[in-house]
Amino acid sequence: MLTRIKHDLTMAEAVRGPGGARVDLLVVAEMVAPGAKVLDVGCGDGELLRLLAETRGVDGRGIELSREGVNECVAKGLAVIQGDADTDLSDYPNDAFDYVILSQTLQATRHPRIVIEHMLRIGRHGIVSFPNFGHWGIRLQLLLGGHMPRTDNLPYAWWESPNIHFCTIKDFRQLCGVVGARMEKAVALNAWGGALRFNAPWWFWNLLGEQAVFLLSRRS
Amino acid sequence: MKADFGTALDPADRAREADRPRSLLTRFSPDQPLRLDAGIDLSPFQIAYQTYGTLNPERSNAVLICHALTGDQHVANLHPVTQKPGWWETMVGPGRAIDTERYFVICPNVLGGCMGTTGPASTNPSTGMPWGLDFPVLTIRDIVRAQAMLLDHLGIESVFSMAGGSMGGMQVLQWCASYPQRVFSALPIATSTRHSAQNIAFHEVGRQAVMADPEWRQGRYFAEGTNPRRGLAVARMGNHITYLSDAALHRKFGRRFQDRENPTFSFDADFQVESYLRHQGSSFVERFDANSYLYLTRAMDYFDLAADCDGVLANAFKDTPTRFCVISFTSDWLFPTSDSRAIVHALNAGGARVSFAEIVTDKGHDAFLLEEPELFAIVRGFLEGAAKARGLSR
Repeated sequence: MLTRIKHDLTMAEAVRGPGGARVDLLVVAEMVAPGAKVLDVGCGDGELLRLLAETRGVDGRGIELSREGVNECVAKGLAVIQGDADTDLSDYPNDAFDYVILSQTLQATRHPRIVIEHMLRIGRHGIVSFPNFGHWGIRLQLLLGGHMPRTDNLPYAWWESPNIHFCTIKDFRQLCGVVGARMEKAVALNAWGGALRFNAPWWFWNLLGEQAVFLLSRRS
Repeated sequence: MKADFGTALDPADRAREADRPRSLLTRFSPDQPLRLDAGIDLSPFQIAYQTYGTLNPERSNAVLICHALTGDQHVANLHPVTQKPGWWETMVGPGRAIDTERYFVICPNVLGGCMGTTGPASTNPSTGMPWGLDFPVLTIRDIVRAQAMLLDHLGIESVFSMAGGSMGGMQVLQWCASYPQRVFSALPIATSTRHSAQNIAFHEVGRQAVMADPEWRQGRYFAEGTNPRRGLAVARMGNHITYLSDAALHRKFGRRFQDRENPTFSFDADFQVESYLRHQGSSFVERFDANSYLYLTRAMDYFDLAADCDGVLANAFKDTPTRFCVISFTSDWLFPTSDSRAIVHALNAGGARVSFAEIVTDKGHDAFLLEEPELFAIVRGFLEGAAKARGLSR
């Protein structure tokens, strides 16, 4: 399942960079080589596709679950189709794209592992961004509050959240091992949108990173 | 009680429109025959068409509009026979989604039609009489091949865009398969790559209604001075139901009576929906030729793009350079969204640049002809993006 409303649900109050673009999208965009062919799975209202077209000159395509999001994208001139990450990625041939991006999408899918496997099959590279459920603030809410965490970025009550498969940075690395993905680059963002120190150990990222962005490829 | 379908247009008038239309006209002489799929060379033949806007010096801003089964070339002008507005004035015109201040819009009457392009109502040069059933059976490919000859004649190597709904969408898809290099962008709307068994069945009912009319005379009604308007009107009534939806009919008419408080206990048009359908039937026969209806429904029935590619639809669009925007409507049960999804699936497999939007409406198949702001916004946005890629200035 992709995002259900116009904007990425997980990023309702996202931090924005100097140009007005969401910081996590800027991090994703920096990982994409200029002029590449890109598939954005769960592209919402097309903000990332537009950013990629403007700053990286990519040939971008999108899939989006919500009709509202799709129609908004098409009206903006973006090549977007209405579809479901859980069922429609199997239609795409191998190596059809240079990059397949799951920007704040993975946690809303029914079968994250299968989606990741398709991503690695369809694209030579995969980029995944997701909210880190291992962040200290979230751990604290569960530990001391005793309830499912809610933050500015994750504002939904558990019974109405589209996000059905949360994971931590540690969990995601484990999935990468299971599906045979090579981690080429990883960036964790703190609550203010700043990137965490590069040489920090994983446990540190897992505790202090609110968002994570991974650049992956198939292990050859 | 039998419906009165009137005698509004004299058959001779309609025959005149078929040969000498009030439209632009291009005649193809005997040295430019049209090779038909039936293996026959059609020659001479003519194409009637309308244009709107101005072709730019680079000849790069042409938009070809392909009309549907019962449409014609009068997209955005007063119809010369019915005196009604053009059938797509909501979409095509100055400042509209298909902006005639920016694009040069061409709409030809289809081959087999009855508004000036050669068809069964046209005069057969070898007999001096209307072709009738001597006219060769056509395919969508034939219709498109004739359109390509018109574009050659107009000196347009490639069109900026091409749009059409229903049978018009079939022509758009056939163009993209036959002449991919000539189509920069394409808008197949509420259409399919093949006519379904259900749709063939509806067409067969329509054709049988026409042929059951004693005035049809084996298609020789012009020569015999008759007019099978009753059969054609019934065909139209049946088809018209398939263009709407249960919800739309209910919203429009419900079970309301027509100009009466109580049922008349007769077979008069007691219900508003009956009266509406009879009106649809009688206004259709004023402007349409019964044999054209037979030939064009047949062309649609024969349409199956995948069959031309060993059953693999993706091969029809392999490595296509065209940018596609496929559009369907939620309540369209004649050309349902699943048909559009099959197109999108094939285009994706072929690596095409494709957008696909499904529009929520209860208006059924006819939604593409009606006031649908979301449709206009999508077409406008798609063309804007394509214009930027084509380097068309504003």
